[in-house]
Amino acid sequence: MLNYLTKRILLMIPLMVGITLITFSVIHLAPGEPVEMQMAMNPKVGKEARDRLRQFYGLDRPLHIQYFSWVGKLARLDLGRSFSSDNRPVVDKIKERLPVTISLNIIALLLEFGLAIPIGILAATHRDTLLDKGITVFVFLGFAVPTFWLALLLMYFLGVKLNWLPISGLHTLGSDNYGTMRYVWDMAKHLIMPIMVASFGSLAGLSRYMRSSMLNVIGQDYITTARAKGLPERVVIYKHALRNALLPLITLAGFSIPGLIGGSVIFETIFAIPGMGQLFYQGVMSRDYPVVMGILVIGAFLTLIGNLVADISYALADPRIRQRA
Amino acid sequence: MTNFTNSYVYAVFWQRIKCNRLALAGGFVVVLLFAVSLLAPLIAPNDPNSINAWQVLSPPSWQHWFGTDELGRDVLSRVIFGARISLKVGFVAVGIAIAIGTVVGLLSGYYSGIVDTFLMRIVDIMLCFPAFFLILAVITFLEPSIWYIMMVIGLTSWMGVARLVRAETLSIREMDYITAARCIGCSDLRIIFRHILPNAMSPVLVSATLGIAGAILTESALSFLGIGVQPPTPSWGNILTSGKDYIEFAWWLSLFPGLAILITVLAYNLLGEGIRDALDPRVNR
Repeated sequence: MLNYLTKRILLMIPLMVGITLITFSVIHLAPGEPVEMQMAMNPKVGKEARDRLRQFYGLDRPLHIQYFSWVGKLARLDLGRSFSSDNRPVVDKIKERLPVTISLNIIALLLEFGLAIPIGILAATHRDTLLDKGITVFVFLGFAVPTFWLALLLMYFLGVKLNWLPISGLHTLGSDNYGTMRYVWDMAKHLIMPIMVASFGSLAGLSRYMRSSMLNVIGQDYITTARAKGLPERVVIYKHALRNALLPLITLAGFSIPGLIGGSVIFETIFAIPGMGQLFYQGVMSRDYPVVMGILVIGAFLTLIGNLVADISYALADPRIRQRA
Repeated sequence: MTNFTNSYVYAVFWQRIKCNRLALAGGFVVVLLFAVSLLAPLIAPNDPNSINAWQVLSPPSWQHWFGTDELGRDVLSRVIFGARISLKVGFVAVGIAIAIGTVVGLLSGYYSGIVDTFLMRIVDIMLCFPAFFLILAVITFLEPSIWYIMMVIGLTSWMGVARLVRAETLSIREMDYITAARCIGCSDLRIIFRHILPNAMSPVLVSATLGIAGAILTESALSFLGIGVQPPTPSWGNILTSGKDYIEFAWWLSLFPGLAILITVLAYNLLGEGIRDALDPRVNR
C-alpha cells in the first residue's frame, strides 16, 4: 500500500507543473496584456504611466522569469494582489470563498450519490420494465436540461410563484440577530435550490452509470452461483452484487469534481452565493487576472487532490489494486 | 473492417438504426433544426431585431406565439435565428476538438513510448482543469466573438477523443494488414492517415454527436452569463439572460429558449446513443 501511495503521489508532480504552465500561458499568451485591459478603460493614461504599471506588475521582464517568480510565489501560497479596488491578497479572497463552494459541492455530491445509487439499482433490477424506461427518460432529460435554465425554472416556481424559498444569497438580511436554530434553518432554506441545481446535472449520468455497472456485475458467474445455491434475491443483489458494482463509482466521484467546481460559476452567479465560482466570474468580468489565475490553479489542484483521494479509496476497497502496484 | 466488408458494415448499421425509434426521432429533429437554420429568414414571422416600443414584454398571442421581449422583439423569431448560432457552434467546436483529438490519439497510439507518455500527460493535465473555468478565463482575454467561442470550446474538449482514438490505434496497429503495409514500404504518415485513421473513426462518430450536444450547452451557458454571443445577435443563451432579469413578469422569455436548448440537446444525445448501439458489435438484436 505504501508503495502504491508513493508512486501515485510522485505521478502528481509532473501534472502540477503542467497545470502551472498551462495556467500561465493561457493568461500570458492570449493577445492583449492585463495592463492594456486596465488602460482601455481609461484613455487618458499616457505611455509613462503604462510603463510604470507594467514594471509594477513585473510584466516588462522576460516570460520565463515571470513564470518562475510566479511559481515561486505560488509555492509559498502567495497569489499576488487583486487588481480590484480593495487590492487585497488573492489568497485571502479565495480563503473566505473556498469553504462555501467546497461544502456546497460536498453536500451536492453526497445527495447525487445517495439518489443515483438506488435509482441505478432499481433500473438494473427491473430491467426493460416500465420503471426502467421511465428512469431512462428521466436520465436523458437530465443530460439535456441546461443547469442555468433549471435554476431559472426553480426560481420562478418555488421562489416567485409559490414564494416558498428565497431566491438569492445565503442569509436573510438581519439574520445575524436570529437564534441558532432559526439561523441554521434560514441558511438551509437558502441552500435548497442551489444544491438541487448543483446535483441535478450529474445525477442523470451517475444513475445511468450505476445501472450499467450493476447489470455488468449481475451478469457474472458468481451471481449465478449465489442464486443457484438458493440465496434470496435480496441478499444476492445487496450483499453480493452491490459491493462490486459500487467500485467504479469511486473513480467516477473523483472525475466529477472538475464538473462540480466548474458548474459552481453558474449556480453561484444565479443565486448570488458568495463562493469561489462567483469570485471567479467577477474576476473574469473585471479582468482581475491574479484572481483568475489563482482560482484556475486552485481549481485544478483540487481536482488533482480529489482524484488522489478517489484512487486511494479505490485501493483501500479493492485489494487487487493494492497488490498489483 | 477492411474495404471489401464495408458495404456489409453499413448495411448492418442502417438496419439497426432503422429499428431504433428514439434515434430516428433524434435524427429527425436534427434534420429539422438544419432546415430551420437554413430557412430562418423565410420562416421567422418577424425580423428578430425589429424593436417595437408598443409591445414590450407582451405575453404569447396569435400575433407573437412566443411573446415579445423587453424591447418588443418577437421571441419566436429570435429563437429561430438562435438555432443558427447553436448549430454553428456545435459543428465548428466539435470539428476542432475532433481534429486535435484524432491527431493526438493517432500519434500517441502509433508511436507509443515517449511520444505517448508526453501526449497523454498533456491530456491528464487538461482534464484537471474545470473546463468551464478554463473557457471563461480564455474568452475574457479575447474580443467577444462567436469564432473565438467555438475555438475555445474546441480547444478544451478534445481530450476524450484523443483517448478514444489512441485506444483504437493501439489495437489496429497490431493487425496484419498494417504489418503488410509496412512491408511494402509505406511511410509512417501514410500508414497512420491512410490505413489506421479510417478504421479508428467509428467510435469518434459517437463522441462527436454527443460532443455537439455538450458544445451547445456550453455556448448557451456562456451567452447566458454574458460572455458568449453578444446581443443584439440572438442566441438561446442570451435570450435567457433577459429571461432571468424579467422572470417575475415574463415567464415566456425563460420558457421557450430553454425548451429549444433542451429539445436540441436531447435530439443529439438520442442520435448519438443510437449510433453507439448500432456500431456496437456486442449488441445483437
